[in-house]
Amino acid sequence: MIEVEHLVKKFGDFTAVADLSFTVERGQVMGFLGPNGAGKSTTMKMITGFLRPTSGTARIMGLDICDDMLAAQRHFGYLPEGAPAWPDMTPRAFLQFITRIRGLDKAAARAAEGRAIEMTELHGVLDQPIDTLSKGYRRRVGLAQAIVHDPDVLVMDEPTDGLDPNQKFQVRRAITDMAADKAIIISTHILEEVDAVCAAAMIIDRGQIVAEGTPSELAARSRYSGAVTLTLASEKLPAARDILKAVPHRAAELVTRGDESTLHIFAPEGGEPGALLADLRARVGEAGLAPRALALETGRLDDVFGALTGKARPAAASFDAGQEGSA
Amino acid sequence: MMRSLMAITAREFGGYFATPLAFVFIIVFLLANGLATFYLGAYFEMGQADLTSFFMFHPWLYLFFLPAISMRLWAEERRNGSIELLLTLPVPLTAVVIGKYIAALAFSALALALTFPIWVTVNYLGQPDNGVIFASYIGSLMLAGGYLAIGSCLSALTRNQVIAFVISVVVCFLFTVSGAPLVLEIFDGWAPQALIETLASFSLLTHFRAITGGVIDMRDVMFFATLIGVFLTATVIVVDMKKGEGA
Repeated sequence: MIEVEHLVKKFGDFTAVADLSFTVERGQVMGFLGPNGAGKSTTMKMITGFLRPTSGTARIMGLDICDDMLAAQRHFGYLPEGAPAWPDMTPRAFLQFITRIRGLDKAAARAAEGRAIEMTELHGVLDQPIDTLSKGYRRRVGLAQAIVHDPDVLVMDEPTDGLDPNQKFQVRRAITDMAADKAIIISTHILEEVDAVCAAAMIIDRGQIVAEGTPSELAARSRYSGAVTLTLASEKLPAARDILKAVPHRAAELVTRGDESTLHIFAPEGGEPGALLADLRARVGEAGLAPRALALETGRLDDVFGALTGKARPAAASFDAGQEGSA
Repeated sequence: MMRSLMAITAREFGGYFATPLAFVFIIVFLLANGLATFYLGAYFEMGQADLTSFFMFHPWLYLFFLPAISMRLWAEERRNGSIELLLTLPVPLTAVVIGKYIAALAFSALALALTFPIWVTVNYLGQPDNGVIFASYIGSLMLAGGYLAIGSCLSALTRNQVIAFVISVVVCFLFTVSGAPLVLEIFDGWAPQALIETLASFSLLTHFRAITGGVIDMRDVMFFATLIGVFLTATVIVVDMKKGEGA
């Protein structure tokens, strides 16, 4: 497991990480979310012993990374930012070097290399110099290096960056498969990834945790959580307006994209979002609006992310206020 | 420790031969050596069965060739990010520093060993003192060791290989000329003899000349061992310091 205690990193006057504390248990995948420059990579560099913290520390399987660095480093695999490797080496030689450094004996090393190659599907490129490989392959070489010794703890900085959708899917599945007996931290700025692989997530901004919880808990903090979304052809908006006049609601927002319009309708104070949805569904059916979508929002991670990291998108136009303008 | 040190050395040494650069380097080094010996050193005209005119140019050849090897030791790792991988593997920093250094030294030893035809030639032409020649080869290797240790430390300071090269040449130059007659003559006559001797004693040239004279004196060996030890320790300190800075 990973325990991070009051980790601080300052570069001169700039505070990259400000008093970060969290714990990742065995069997847990922790998603580390944040905009670029939030301190994700710096935190990982400190946890793995590449950077010395200004204060605070991290423990890997109970071993302090500052006081007991080598022992702690034996327990984790690390994929640094950008998946660095030695460009002239082939993936085969690279993995052999890692297993040798990690102290595996010959037979165990060959078996471990085979398993890592299997999981990252590197068969086709084993004997090509790493700098001739595509970005996706290079990332997978980095991944193979991190998991080859079957570590208790995995720290991965943007493991799916630069991969195509199929490769992303494979890597995520590999992470999920390994999750049961490992403590894993991954950083990402791809929000769907958090939903896909993480049991817990943390949003950090300017070196501080601004939110933590399961992905669905985080999403529920979105102001869209519990709103009803209605998507229809733009020319049917006047009809929608008539319907809304008859339905009690707190607010409605409009987003128009091409000939398609989406309304976010919020339940009145104390009202049930479910009741609002049922009411709307009945009336929309009666009016024969043929909506392209009509559903309850569970909340949006990207909205929470934007709101918490100070980069909220401009609010959608209010549909109730500008009656004459939007007709 | 030994095991990881050897793994580091093997990887690093193999790295030299991953590109044709190593072969180009060795060929150019051998050519430069030959040119210096036969033209500048007037090897044939001397009419002597020894390799003085071969070894006398080594300090000056090494001055440019060895920083070209040492410049990549750390600067390149920093530039392509692999230093992060290397320093988060469970290997003591000392083992990484020494492992890399040994690889560089082994590579220059190989280049030096490939000058053996000249040793064969001189034995064919006459009866040289092979003991002196052997001592000179040892001295030349120690000299290379000194330059490479200085270069290793300076390479750790920067991520730019060109800067690492230039600074290494300058520093190695200072450590060499401090014993050259040209420099010592400037101080001769007015400066106290003790100062001149101290200055000369810091020079790789002074100790190298002593060894190529045919006597492997422990004091000269200790000088090179100390120099190498000091600069490798400095390398460890510099790399470790950069961990705090995050540069």
